[in-house]
Amino acid sequence: MSTFGWTVLWVLITFGIYIFIAFRSRAKSTGDFYVAGAGVPAIANGAAVAADWMSAASFISMAGLVAFQGYGGAVFLMGWTGGYVLLALLLAPYLRKFGKYTVPDFVGDRYSDGARVVAVVAAIFVSLTYVAGQMRGVGVVFSRFLEVEVTTGVLIGMAVVLFYAVLGGMKGITWTQVAQYSVLIVAYLIPAVAIANQLTGNPIPHLSFGQILERLDGIQTDLGFAAYSDPFATHTRTNLFLITATLMVGTAGLPHVIVRFYTTRTVKAARRSALFALFFIAILYTTAPAVGVFAKFNVIDTVEGAQLSELEQIDWVAGWSETGLLEIEDKNGDGVINYTPDEDTNELITFDRDILVLANPEVAGLPTAVVGLVAAGGLAAALSTASGLLLVISSSVAHDLVYKLFRPDATEAQRLRWGRIAMAGAVTVAGYFGVNPPGFVGEVVALAFGLAAASFFPVLVLGIFWKRANAPGAIAGMVVGLGTAAPYMYLLIWGGMDPWFGVDKAGVGVISAVFNAIAIVVVSLRTDPPSQELQDLVENVRYPGNVSVGSQGTPLETA
Amino acid sequence: MEKNDNALKGEPTLNESDRSAYWHSNLRLMATLLTVWALVSLVASTLIVDWLNNVNIGSVPLGFWMGQQGSIITFVILIAIYVWRMEKLDKAFGIDEDAELARQEKS
Repeated sequence: MSTFGWTVLWVLITFGIYIFIAFRSRAKSTGDFYVAGAGVPAIANGAAVAADWMSAASFISMAGLVAFQGYGGAVFLMGWTGGYVLLALLLAPYLRKFGKYTVPDFVGDRYSDGARVVAVVAAIFVSLTYVAGQMRGVGVVFSRFLEVEVTTGVLIGMAVVLFYAVLGGMKGITWTQVAQYSVLIVAYLIPAVAIANQLTGNPIPHLSFGQILERLDGIQTDLGFAAYSDPFATHTRTNLFLITATLMVGTAGLPHVIVRFYTTRTVKAARRSALFALFFIAILYTTAPAVGVFAKFNVIDTVEGAQLSELEQIDWVAGWSETGLLEIEDKNGDGVINYTPDEDTNELITFDRDILVLANPEVAGLPTAVVGLVAAGGLAAALSTASGLLLVISSSVAHDLVYKLFRPDATEAQRLRWGRIAMAGAVTVAGYFGVNPPGFVGEVVALAFGLAAASFFPVLVLGIFWKRANAPGAIAGMVVGLGTAAPYMYLLIWGGMDPWFGVDKAGVGVISAVFNAIAIVVVSLRTDPPSQELQDLVENVRYPGNVSVGSQGTPLETA
Repeated sequence: MEKNDNALKGEPTLNESDRSAYWHSNLRLMATLLTVWALVSLVASTLIVDWLNNVNIGSVPLGFWMGQQGSIITFVILIAIYVWRMEKLDKAFGIDEDAELARQEKS
């Protein structure tokens, strides 16, 4: 059967499973959408968080970024896992104890309604940037395997995501996401193991990539590139540090991830879920560097010095060339393709980073069934995350903005309508950026993290760990954080500005987060302390269970 | 905040000195774990990665391995230690959320 046939088959089977599980769990669940996680073992909740978390950026884009950035790709690997340590230690248990549904809810209750508005705007901004990255990923998958232009692929993706998200509660049902995690991790591991075995005779990619790394370093230096393991080939030392720190802090501040910890039954379960989630994520994240090394090796091995006429006969070369994401040209007319660092002589003109993982099984000559499975895995990753983000955007608009602030008298139906309008608007904007991306999926997503780091993280952490932090401080902090990071990114990408002190657009987030924290401290100390009631709220959040605290000995609520 | 009189029904309560002891144990544990977190990732894998690359484990330079494998594995271990120690701390202070939930559901 052809790649196209297998892709359609796998996509239909896996989507059938998701919808079946969603339908079954839905029929049985009586409670609120938001407590879908209750009564589910922490291990399943962890797998669900992992599926929610691992997006097109993790699945499709990351190994490609690692392959082409070499060691520099470590910023993504460490950033997107290290943030979980911050999340588990600094936020998850306390936000669970607090027990509301959205990040703006916490900001609104802990500080003020004014702070809530700023938080809503920041949440929408961050989520939109993130969704844009997902749409691009979906577009890349569709374009190759349905054999259409990337633009058409993005449009199909927009329709599917919207359908998926509007189906509503489905996304919130933990067991569907457990299935999605299983699909995406199997789709990731099978080709990795097969290729490791093929290249080295050792099927465990984590152990065998070392010997290929050595050879790859040699090949790259022979061709005139920096060695694959050269630590400063893509980022300077400063940027390695800043981008890693930004992605970590951003991970911990991402609204759609934090929300997952509100839905556990107890604080203890929130902690355990964070552990299982990172464990499941780490399985993919420790495999990705091996995939990157193998794929880069195979691509250079296939393309470099090959006859043009022979290359054009290869299925994956022809297929990806049609999408415009792969481009080879025999510039000097010698009939041989050469891969060089010099733009004038390099004949592998375009190799989009986002196609690497998808092309990987084909490049290695694995059966077409595996190729189609990888496509299905990529879709599972992109769609589960995209629809989750759309729900954040729609709930931010409908719940936090319209209902809580402007129209407290809005009926259920009106709120639902606002939510749907927001969702459709978000898909349109995301689709636009999916067609005209300011970078690769992983890079676009990295910007979302910068914005999350700059806006939320300090406000949340100081809100829990410093009782003196107050509303004017929080607003000042978020405005300063977002107000320094967003213009800097904008000017670097579209304004033709040169970086200040060499700081990369993806690394500015953590610096803005520091400014944010300073603003909170300075402004809070110069204004009145929060009320006793608010300080008691913070005290409450610090201890699990029903613990009596507060000036009047107010007992705590447990949800 | 909703009024609820669980405290009167024999729910565990922490007095001020207990709360302070619990919170400070938590902060100490956090500080230790976050120090290790920063050392393996931000220090070993970015600031001094080239220096660590002088050593090899197998055929992979140590700095490279820390950045692309070792730090991720360390993160999982750090959270595992946190979960384990916090559950012990909860027990030491008589906090048992599962029992509370069970009591609430019964009443």
